Amino acid sequence: MKIVILGAGQVGSSVAESLVSEANDITVVDIDGTRLRNLQDRLDLRTVLGSAAHPSVLVEAGIEDCDMMIAVTQSDETNLVACKLAQQLFNVPTRIVRLRATDYLSNERVLGPDCFDVDLAICPEQILTDYIVKLVEFPEALQVLEFAHGKVSLVAVRAFQGGPLVGHPLKDLRKHIPSVDTRIAAIFRGDSPILPEGDTVVQAGDEVFCLAATEDIRQVMHELRRMDQAVKRVMIAGGGNIGLRLARAIERDYTVKIIEYDKRRCELLSTRLDRALVLQGDVTDEGLLEAENVSDMDLFVAVTNDDENNIMSCLLAKRMGARRVVALINRRSYVDLLHAGQIDIAISPAQATIGTLLAHVRRGHVTRVHSLRRGVAEALEAVVHGDRDSCRCVGRRIEEIDLPKGAAIAAIVRGDKVIMAHHDTVVQAEDHVIVFVTDKKLLPKVEKLFEVSVGFV
Amino acid sequence: MVRPFPVLNVLSVLIVVFALAMLLPLGVSLMYGDAARHAYGEAVLITFVSGATLWGATRSRQAELQTRDGFLLVALVWTVLPAFATLPLLIYIPELNFTDAYFETVAALTTTGSTVLSGLDKLPPSINFWRSELQWLGGMGIIVLAVAILPLLGVGGSQIMKSETPGPMKETKLTPRITETAKGLWLVYAVMTLACILVFKAVGMGWFDAVVHSFSTLSLGGFSSHDASFGYFNSPAIEAVAIFFMLIGGINFGTHFLAFRKLSFSPYRSDPEAGAYVAMLAVSVLGVAYFLLANHVYPSFWTALRHSAFNVVSIATTTGFSSTDFNKWPIFAPVWMLFLCCFTTCSGSTGGGIKMIRAELMVRQALRELMSIIHPRAYLPVKLSGQRVENNIIFAVLAFMLIWGGSVITVTMLLAASGLDIVTAVSAAIVGITNTGPGLNQIGPATNYAMLNDFQTWVCTVAMLIGRLELFTLFVVITPAFWRK
Repeated sequence: MKIVILGAGQVGSSVAESLVSEANDITVVDIDGTRLRNLQDRLDLRTVLGSAAHPSVLVEAGIEDCDMMIAVTQSDETNLVACKLAQQLFNVPTRIVRLRATDYLSNERVLGPDCFDVDLAICPEQILTDYIVKLVEFPEALQVLEFAHGKVSLVAVRAFQGGPLVGHPLKDLRKHIPSVDTRIAAIFRGDSPILPEGDTVVQAGDEVFCLAATEDIRQVMHELRRMDQAVKRVMIAGGGNIGLRLARAIERDYTVKIIEYDKRRCELLSTRLDRALVLQGDVTDEGLLEAENVSDMDLFVAVTNDDENNIMSCLLAKRMGARRVVALINRRSYVDLLHAGQIDIAISPAQATIGTLLAHVRRGHVTRVHSLRRGVAEALEAVVHGDRDSCRCVGRRIEEIDLPKGAAIAAIVRGDKVIMAHHDTVVQAEDHVIVFVTDKKLLPKVEKLFEVSVGFV
Repeated sequence: MVRPFPVLNVLSVLIVVFALAMLLPLGVSLMYGDAARHAYGEAVLITFVSGATLWGATRSRQAELQTRDGFLLVALVWTVLPAFATLPLLIYIPELNFTDAYFETVAALTTTGSTVLSGLDKLPPSINFWRSELQWLGGMGIIVLAVAILPLLGVGGSQIMKSETPGPMKETKLTPRITETAKGLWLVYAVMTLACILVFKAVGMGWFDAVVHSFSTLSLGGFSSHDASFGYFNSPAIEAVAIFFMLIGGINFGTHFLAFRKLSFSPYRSDPEAGAYVAMLAVSVLGVAYFLLANHVYPSFWTALRHSAFNVVSIATTTGFSSTDFNKWPIFAPVWMLFLCCFTTCSGSTGGGIKMIRAELMVRQALRELMSIIHPRAYLPVKLSGQRVENNIIFAVLAFMLIWGGSVITVTMLLAASGLDIVTAVSAAIVGITNTGPGLNQIGPATNYAMLNDFQTWVCTVAMLIGRLELFTLFVVITPAFWRK
């Protein structure tokens, strides 16, 4: 597939990186030559220097015969103009646009066919915010993902000594909580995945992925570890886009303090926030943290733009007594270094956000893709179309479907009903199938399964 | 530098127009054939000729008004027009002296509603009509009316209107053109007054009473054509209607205007004051009713509630009607009502006092100070309806409160020094500056201001004027710097 990516910032380069490895022809456009050079040194792609909203630059990037345009520059307006040009002048079939301003996102007509005609609008800050909000709601979880409009959730939990299921085989789960239909989708021990069987024994320290209806999630987690107290107080370090969105999302239900260095930004924050307390200062200022009782915080979230600041403030907060610390870390190497060490959760923004985008890029009817374990594994939601002849899933029992080893169908959502997958469950057309893939390399094979053959109209 | 001549020129036009306003009571007089007819003829003539002469004398000095000129104009309009308004009274009642007549017309135009006249029921209908008409004109503002109907104020009109409109934040123009805004406000005001007249008539008033009382209800003035005020009617339905329209008059007319234009209630919900205003009144009405019941003033809760509702709303909205002599209630109730009238009405309404928005800002500012002691590094903006309020507005409000408090104390001291008892003096100062009307003790609802001596009457007159123009407009005109070249 020929893809033009506008903008070589964090999102742009992560997307480029993911797509290059999936055998696509990528052209990246940016106004910053240094960024482009860096990208070209690392990855096998073409770059074009210039403004992404200028038709001539777009033509140079080969927009006339590309299959997809992904506009992820810093500026909403540039992205929208490029999208409109791509649609009207160059007939680009698929146009994905990154938007920050809620004004654009909240009005459907702005993005509709008679205005800018955006196929998919993504807001990385919002996706990250949702991600962190989930962690506030479920403080025990490492990651919470939703499928099928929130009906089904997948949680990653670290098993601890003391959880009723720890030290027991998985089949005991049914005895412990007979009323809850759940499925352990995968277990990671160290770095190696285990595809769970009935007699797999859960050990302390395992990272367990369980799938259940959203309302049952708490009960399932309870099997694997003792529950923490619910979160009441949250401190957010950094009042950028994510910090502000996060504070707005949780200030009604939690006591929120937000620290920001820039005074003018503080003014804006204090205007936009109703209840959260806006503090001016350095996020690594021990005195400030002390004065504002960081030791009583249930959750400390560092979301500044600077990796080192986030890490240091989290380490500091943890040492001063914050119960749980979460850091936003852009650099992949740092994430692997710190996750589950002294920092409880390290979030990689690129990994967390590009899932939605990738879902759209891929073939078949994949509606949702989530990266798990920093991109090693993936969970995807696909809609099955066609009939027994045109699709390789429809009308078959799960054991009949030719899934590669390392991938498993975890659940099926049919209308409003959530069905936990068993070997004899039959897949029907229009089902949403949730597939867990422990190795990213298997993805193309899995996606092929959900494709409808050419004859199907 | 202030240029008095262009200001006088505009003033002369307003005087001429004001002469026309006297034609209405003349019509009433003809209709009822009352004894005051000759008074209007002379009054109209004197006013018209004075205005025309002044216009002729200043015609060659016409110029567009600047902001500073605006303050002078407003101050002059509000002091000179009441003087002309006394003419019908002085001519009809020869024994009335100018001091008392001027007090009466200032009380009318500033929508205070204090009166030195007694035997209102026996006055000719046209005189009562004239008093109410003055209140109605003063309610929305003479300058606002002038901006609406006379193009002569030009671009400066918006600045000049600001010096007459009550409230700390007057930047919001409702329409792109100030004339349209002024017209819109007056239209809403007139439509509501008309509605009030019709409803009053429907629940049992005569046409004349309905018109007169609607004028003084919507303007939150408080003049009645009866000595017993609303007690005369002794009808719960009429009182309920009056309560409703007093509540309307106490809300920002800008909000009414937006609600009219959009035909929805949403502007009231986003109004930063309306919620607090209604809540404050509701709590006070119930509280006072319970208090009266507990003190055995009234035998049943419903009677207590009826009198509490009418009198509390009337005083708190700075109207000044009464349905009973609340001075006979245990002292807490009238004092609480007096306290309410200091700040309850909304900015941009026809009411007086500090205004709810300033009170809200002050409370929030105080809380901010408390919070900043606990969290020294915190950014704590003062917000209203989710909007940040700039510090300079807070400072302006603080200065206003200081001058307001200073004015109340000064007026109190002057009245006490001249021989009034302290309760009467304090209440007279407050009801004067807040443009309410009846106070406590000697100036309670059952009595009137006729017992004041000349000095005290003048002090109260000035208090009403500075209250109506929210202090600064008048004070700025008497600062030497204002006149410096």
